[in-house]
Amino acid sequence: MTEKAIIMRAVNKYYGAFHALKDIDLTVDRGERIVICGPSGSGKSTLIRTINQLEAIESGTIIVDEIELTAGGDNVTKVRQDVGMVFQSFNLFPHMTVLENCVLAPMKSRKVSRTEAEATARQYLERVKIPEQADKYPAQLSGGQQQRVAIARALCMKPRIMLFDEPTSALDPEMVKEVLDTMIDLAREGMTMLCVTHEMEFARAVADRVIFMDKGVIVEENAPDAFFNNPVNERLQNFLGQIA
Amino acid sequence: MIREFTSAEVLFIVMAVRWTLILSAIAFLGGALGGLLIALTRTSASKGLRRMAAGFIQVFQGTPLLMQLFLVYFGLAVVGLPINPLLAAAVALTLHASAYLGEIWRGAIEAVPSGQSEAASALSLSYRDRMRHVVLPQALRLAIAPTVGFLVQLIKGTSLASIIGFTELTRAGQIINNATFQPFLVFGTVAALYFILCWPLSLLARHMEARMRRAITR
Ligand SMILES: Nc1ncnc2c1ncn2[C@@H]1O[C@H](COP(=O)(O)OP(=O)(O)O)[C@@H](O)[C@H]1O
Ligand SMILES: [Mg+2]
Repeated sequence: MTEKAIIMRAVNKYYGAFHALKDIDLTVDRGERIVICGPSGSGKSTLIRTINQLEAIESGTIIVDEIELTAGGDNVTKVRQDVGMVFQSFNLFPHMTVLENCVLAPMKSRKVSRTEAEATARQYLERVKIPEQADKYPAQLSGGQQQRVAIARALCMKPRIMLFDEPTSALDPEMVKEVLDTMIDLAREGMTMLCVTHEMEFARAVADRVIFMDKGVIVEENAPDAFFNNPVNERLQNFLGQIA
Repeated sequence: MIREFTSAEVLFIVMAVRWTLILSAIAFLGGALGGLLIALTRTSASKGLRRMAAGFIQVFQGTPLLMQLFLVYFGLAVVGLPINPLLAAAVALTLHASAYLGEIWRGAIEAVPSGQSEAASALSLSYRDRMRHVVLPQALRLAIAPTVGFLVQLIKGTSLASIIGFTELTRAGQIINNATFQPFLVFGTVAALYFILCWPLSLLARHMEARMRRAITR
């Protein structure tokens, strides 16, 4: 398959005068799993948030699933239907049950019937191994369970690409594994994934490519083995030294 | 001829309560619609719209309600409408309530964490669906207690309509007092009636606030 999932060309993003992304070029194949790491403030979140236009860019081109994001019209909506996102802080809707969280977007955005949306939701809740929590409110769940609900909620839109922004950083250590296992399952099923994470075990296990960002620039990218064993860039060497 | 303050006079005052209630209801419902519009405009992405809404709020919060009543009352004639105290009071109080409710609800909307709106956007929900299903329901919970609190202020504020000649509770009291010269009895009765209207609402607001606090820690 030559079709690309994501193409970013010469992307620049500013926050006021601050240059947050500098001439980013990145192409992601279908089914490819990419891990992005780098020091805090290096632009990792900003990068993946431009892919579903949670952040608008100042210049460059982003094409997602052959839809050009920057071309206007209802392209943004179409891209967002195709791209699921999981946040560090879960961002579940606290006034809705787990099931309602999962059916809202399919019903409103994809115009799926409630019956069908609920069936899909229960299927994904089963897959993230919490079918019995469907009628609870987010606050009644542990952090790990909430993040798995967030993953299920995103999957209910049947996305072709999933973005993860430090999905385990806000979790107690004993809950990290259950979320990573869910993500590994997803990777094994062939989902295109971009994950900002510092879980290097996860990167070694599933990533096709690991990207290191610093100061708004992609400094180095490589297959996991080469990335971890023979880092070229000095800043990456320091970074790997710190997190090891 | 000085009249006695009898049950007929009391009845006259009590019957005027309905005009206080009608005026309050019109202003509150109109203000709820206007306030929602103001709150959404205040929190919109467009800087120009935000400024306009902010200007509206500043004007109506920065001038006395009585002046707003006068301006609308005499303004009606200028735009060719009949001089009608109920209409003038309803319009002025609606504008006043729109500004205050708009400001209360803006605060409530902004108190909903931005991650909520972001998650809804990432799920490709439209602005309308984001507001309707995600942001506003959460903002509403925060806003209920101050909104009921404002309703109490609004009911008391309708008494100013008496000055432009609208016979609601306060003006009914003035009319009876002019005939009976029993100010303590008359205005004591009027005050008691306001209290009967407002006290349960104050209790309700306090009850809701307590419930909100419990809900947050659920
Ligand atoms: N909304 C914003 N307004 C201004 N500056 C921002 C905003 N979001 C992020 N930044 C800045 O952009 C840089 C990159 O942020 P981010 O992408 O969140 O980094 P990372 O996810 O790698 O920690 C940081 O210096 C941050 O302070
Ligand atoms: Mg980040």
